[in-house]
Amino acid sequence: MDDLLYKDMILDLYKHPLNKKSLELFTTEKKSHNPTCGDLVTMQILFDDDGRVKDIGHQGEGCAISQAALSLITDKVKGLTKEQIVSISEEDMLAMLGIPISHARMKCALLGWNTLKSMMNEV
Amino acid sequence: MKDSLKQHFPIYSHTPNLVYLDSGASALKPQVVVDKVKEYYEQYGVNIHRGLYEASDRATTEHDNARGIVAQFINAEPEEIVFTYGTTHGLNMLATSLGQSLKKGDNIVLTTWEHHANLIPWQQIAKKTSVELRFIDIDDDYQIDLEDAKKKIDSHTKIVSFAHVSNTLGSKAPAEELIVLAKQVNAITIIDAAQSIVHLKTDVKKLDVDFLVFSGHKLYGPTGIGVLYGKKEKLALLSPVTFGGDMILDVSYEQAEWNDVPYRFEPGTPNIAGAIGLGAAVKFIESIGLQHIQKRETKLTNYLIVQLSSLPNVQIIGSSQSNKHHGVVSITIEGIHTHDIAEICNRHNVAIRVGSHCAMPLMKKLGLPGGTARFSVGMYTDKDDVDKAILALEDAIRIFS
Repeated sequence: MDDLLYKDMILDLYKHPLNKKSLELFTTEKKSHNPTCGDLVTMQILFDDDGRVKDIGHQGEGCAISQAALSLITDKVKGLTKEQIVSISEEDMLAMLGIPISHARMKCALLGWNTLKSMMNEV
Repeated sequence: MKDSLKQHFPIYSHTPNLVYLDSGASALKPQVVVDKVKEYYEQYGVNIHRGLYEASDRATTEHDNARGIVAQFINAEPEEIVFTYGTTHGLNMLATSLGQSLKKGDNIVLTTWEHHANLIPWQQIAKKTSVELRFIDIDDDYQIDLEDAKKKIDSHTKIVSFAHVSNTLGSKAPAEELIVLAKQVNAITIIDAAQSIVHLKTDVKKLDVDFLVFSGHKLYGPTGIGVLYGKKEKLALLSPVTFGGDMILDVSYEQAEWNDVPYRFEPGTPNIAGAIGLGAAVKFIESIGLQHIQKRETKLTNYLIVQLSSLPNVQIIGSSQSNKHHGVVSITIEGIHTHDIAEICNRHNVAIRVGSHCAMPLMKKLGLPGGTARFSVGMYTDKDDVDKAILALEDAIRIFS
């Protein structure tokens, strides 16, 4: 039976997350927290001389949805400029996940996206 | 076959397949409570104390009756019962009022398992007065460590305030022993009975506690109503922290003279329907029998723990002894975040609570950033509910395997 929410892609990213690491050198970092379920993330981003994302890492604890979303968004922004990152909309983030997100899970789905957005104000 | 106690709760006619295991957050409401609240609004839904007419008189009588019923339930006198808006309100009242007489060098003793409601009000007082907050630790079996309590409570301790039953672990505090320790140093004692009131027979005289607070909605009553019990002589010394109508005897432009206890602590129009509904809830519990309820819940909690323990990768966050769980069982499942556990449970109509349970410092201390998945029972919970919850958890384990 194919699960609408816990698709193989989501579960796979939960078990084998992308970019789950800490960077030794980074431009800025941000800690975020989703108190409803205890999701915690620390995101670090490194821009190159051309103003493009050279590397990005995230660490923390979270549910399958937040962890999958973190993997997707961090992979998406590699090589992008600050402006390009800012232009990624909420809809884009949800489209990347490609699963129905209930009101209760919205904070999980958008944790990484929100963190990244607020980081862009600091670079 | 449907358990007979479920028939008293109209939510089960509305949602027959509901598996409700979140009574620790709020208990379901029996028909008699719904009816009583409706009766007030339909038949005499006016203000109390002041109206010199039939409906107001009836409302006042019903409100007074409710105070009497609640008093009897915990073996107190009616004038020792202050109606509040809930446990949080009661604890804030106490912290704000008692905090006024504290000074640097004093300490307040809590436990490491406190709900935020019995932590943050004291943190605020500590910030204002520079008093020290101390926390009695728990042992390896998630029980209060009495040896640690003896170290933490000393001659500078002014207040000892603790949850009778942990809303996260289900463990019961050794209330009598803690109160004896507090009395040896003349500290004021406060019990947060939010979780315990519905599971344990509560006798304030036997406990010899100064103050005890709880909420109506965890006791099968309405939301927005709670109780602050205080020993008569202790309430008399407590200064009001909210002011307005009905709490005074005489007022001039310059000053006011307080009304008698408990009315001086109930300014403004109270939650009249809530109080009357709470009275109905207590009468309902007594008609079923708290002892009977307790026996059922103990058996059921044991069954729940046995079933949970049979699942792979499940860890019980609480005592290894089932009879040390008072209505609450918390778990974690390796490899599945608690939020995902709740999501999959909901697909099976199983309502549970996950996360930090408003006890974030305890979760951090236990190294559980995602908190726990908590199953809490009520008088209506039966084996069938547990079996359905286990099926839901098996589904979660299958999806994440």
